[in-house]
Amino acid sequence: MSTMPVEVGHPSVQHWAEPGHADDRSFIRKYVFSTDHKVIGCQFLILSLTFLLVGGLLAMLIRWQLGWPGLAIPGGSILGEAKAPGGIILPEFYNSLVTMHGTFMIFFAIMPLLVGVFGNWLIPLHVGAADMAFPRLNMASFWTAVPAGLIMLASFFVTGGASSAGWTAYAPLSASPELSGVYMGQKLWCISLIVLGFSSLMGAVNYITTIVNMRAPGMKWMRLPLPIWALFITAILVLLAIPVLTGALILLLFDQTIGTSFFLPADGGQPLMWQHLFWYFGHPEVYILILPAMGITSEVLSNGARKPIFGYKFMVYALVSIAFLGWIVWGHHMFQSGMNPFLGATFMTSTMIIAVPSAIKVFNWLGTLWRGDIHFHTPMLNALAFVAMFVIGGLSGVFMASTPVDIYIHDTYFIVAHIHYVLFGGSLFAIFAGIYFWFPKFFGRMLNPTLGKIHFVLTFVFYNLVFFPMHNLGLNGMMRRLYDPNQYEFLAPHQPMNTFISVSALLLGTAQLIFMFNFLWSLRAGKKAPPNPWNANSLEWSLPSPPPHGNFPAMPTVYRGPYEYSVPGHHRDYWPQDEPPAEGGHRTAEREEVHA
Amino acid sequence: MDWGWLLPEPVSAFGSEIDSIYYLILVITAVIFVLVEVALVVFLVKFRHKEGRRAEYSHGNTKLEAIWTVVPFILVMVIAWMSMDVWLEAKVADGHAPGDALPLRVAAKQFEWNVTYPGPDEKLDTADDFVKRNQLHVPVGRAVRIDLSSDDVIHSFFLPDFRVKQDAVPGMVIPVWFEPTTAGEYALGCAELCGLGHYRMRGSMTVHETAAFDSWVAEETSEPAVETPTPADTAGAELEAASASPSAPEDHDHSSRQPDSEGEEQA
Repeated sequence: MSTMPVEVGHPSVQHWAEPGHADDRSFIRKYVFSTDHKVIGCQFLILSLTFLLVGGLLAMLIRWQLGWPGLAIPGGSILGEAKAPGGIILPEFYNSLVTMHGTFMIFFAIMPLLVGVFGNWLIPLHVGAADMAFPRLNMASFWTAVPAGLIMLASFFVTGGASSAGWTAYAPLSASPELSGVYMGQKLWCISLIVLGFSSLMGAVNYITTIVNMRAPGMKWMRLPLPIWALFITAILVLLAIPVLTGALILLLFDQTIGTSFFLPADGGQPLMWQHLFWYFGHPEVYILILPAMGITSEVLSNGARKPIFGYKFMVYALVSIAFLGWIVWGHHMFQSGMNPFLGATFMTSTMIIAVPSAIKVFNWLGTLWRGDIHFHTPMLNALAFVAMFVIGGLSGVFMASTPVDIYIHDTYFIVAHIHYVLFGGSLFAIFAGIYFWFPKFFGRMLNPTLGKIHFVLTFVFYNLVFFPMHNLGLNGMMRRLYDPNQYEFLAPHQPMNTFISVSALLLGTAQLIFMFNFLWSLRAGKKAPPNPWNANSLEWSLPSPPPHGNFPAMPTVYRGPYEYSVPGHHRDYWPQDEPPAEGGHRTAEREEVHA
Repeated sequence: MDWGWLLPEPVSAFGSEIDSIYYLILVITAVIFVLVEVALVVFLVKFRHKEGRRAEYSHGNTKLEAIWTVVPFILVMVIAWMSMDVWLEAKVADGHAPGDALPLRVAAKQFEWNVTYPGPDEKLDTADDFVKRNQLHVPVGRAVRIDLSSDDVIHSFFLPDFRVKQDAVPGMVIPVWFEPTTAGEYALGCAELCGLGHYRMRGSMTVHETAAFDSWVAEETSEPAVETPTPADTAGAELEAASASPSAPEDHDHSSRQPDSEGEEQA
């Protein structure tokens, strides 16, 4: 035995799949406390789709109140006297609804969907590894997220209800129960997110280590699929940003429980310090919520267009520069906060600059489609929706980045429209694209394409009918988080628009039943998935669907980048990364010798 | 339903400058939006899958990358540059509010705006100061300087028609200024979630003609405040009545606390 330490992920310490060898793990080890990254990815998928449903139902309640203020929800008395007596939503419950909708969607739905699901599903397979660098840490990451979610859910049922200080939890409202009327709920909110932070950190450490150390021979950095680049950058952001949030949450919890005054001005605390800490985490968080979506979109777009991604290197540079700039723009959330206005001017400049790498990405996606051979499969439709909607979300961001314009539209429905164009129109469409694309690989069955297309069309149409008019409401001055906008004379005339949005929102919610049905039905009865249903190039597609425990029968060798579609002279319009070049091979720019 | 992208008419001096930046951005982004989305749709139609045709094998074009890096950079820098002066004019009250600005003090608390007026001597902290709840009265054509503070949580002082928004932060006094250009009745609202009564933390904003403002101040200081419990909705709604009659409805004391189930007192 060698006394030399073996580096993490070295081929000799990886447990590759053994074909013909029966998997003798117990049910519990295989499906519950599994260390297999694919199973953990699926667990995260079930968990975060459940929370997506919770967040969506909360949104339906919000829209009910805004569409028909004060009207009893049919059967709404089930919510209880403290929340909605007779089915009529109370103002304090409404504030909880907007708070918890944001909290669930950001922390328990979009973030775990992008990072937990696709990070786990894709990283080991895309880099050519048997599993994550730290499989048990990976398992711990999932099983830490579960109690965090349960604590957050439990906060609805304690006296005083769930947190109602907004998902941004601005102190002192969040720090002083006597001012918010929420006692236990706010503490549970803090505890839940502290616990969830540990889950994210365990994931991030794993992702970074796996990508750095466990790339198969030939998988050079510039041959990594773009989702992996995006997840790598995202993991670094998570690693650096989450501790800031955790620290701030601990201080907030101390203010509520042991009488400190970090954010309470009466005893010398600083309310604005909470905002600085929160947004120092919060803006990188925004990129945590969009970069993996950009990676997925790039992957699906190149596949659907049967064309190499346009400007691969520039896509990578854009990801890196967005992540870097993401650290110096947090003040743009605080232009109207009382922060020194001269700081606002510098934050405006850095924020404007971040539009540049975003524009680079959009133009490169267009370049990828140019002279492509575009196949409109369901994942492709959703990826295209990402591009179309991200353009709107990006452009509306310029309005808020301009400090004087932000004076008027800050904290109005314009920002609500903007965030939803980025997180729903952007992230969620990319998530749908990713689920439709990789579902066959991980569950061994195809999702029904007809239902998929119906779901896509309805979601796309109703989504726009819900969120586009919110721009107009914002421009008319309608503030966020108003239980009843009709209290304001100048907002009352816009009630028909609010009702219109609410009708669209209910239809948007209903359309998601198609996805739920398709998902559950296809799990059992979907068409058997072939290994490579999309004729794609990355390493997972040469494995069976689903890949066995240990993924690859042996260390794969990578010969080319992941986007070698329609290579002239090649007999197919795709060329898997691990397919050896034929003897006397094809002359392509990408053919390079392999470094072991 | 209003699907328009025009802003409501601005009624403050810097309001139209803010709006001109908005319209500049609107034009730039609208052009980019149309170009990009049209290109997207055209590509999708033109390059849709057809039997026997292969996609072009291309990894990119450095010249194009340079163009679509530099052009957006220039555009956003122009927008930032043009925004800068307007922003500093609107926000740096100490540098921009004229010396003869009318000084007011606004203290926010759950869920009301308490406005301290300097009285006829136009100096705060003197004997003729008086306080009005949820009523802002200012003269037209003269700068107003407000020292904004909060007694409890963060609120946001929002005068939509004046393009004024500033968070009121407990422990801080933040200067706000603006110059009304048109007499009339406007809205004052809270734009930051401040608790369960956030949605009804509103007030009225009355811009008087100069003479009418002076007589309003005179009335307020000569008459003892009339304690008439009036719902906040109607308070200060009638400008002429308010300035003409001493018995005009006043929003005072308990009047803004509506006797409803979601009262401020909890637990």
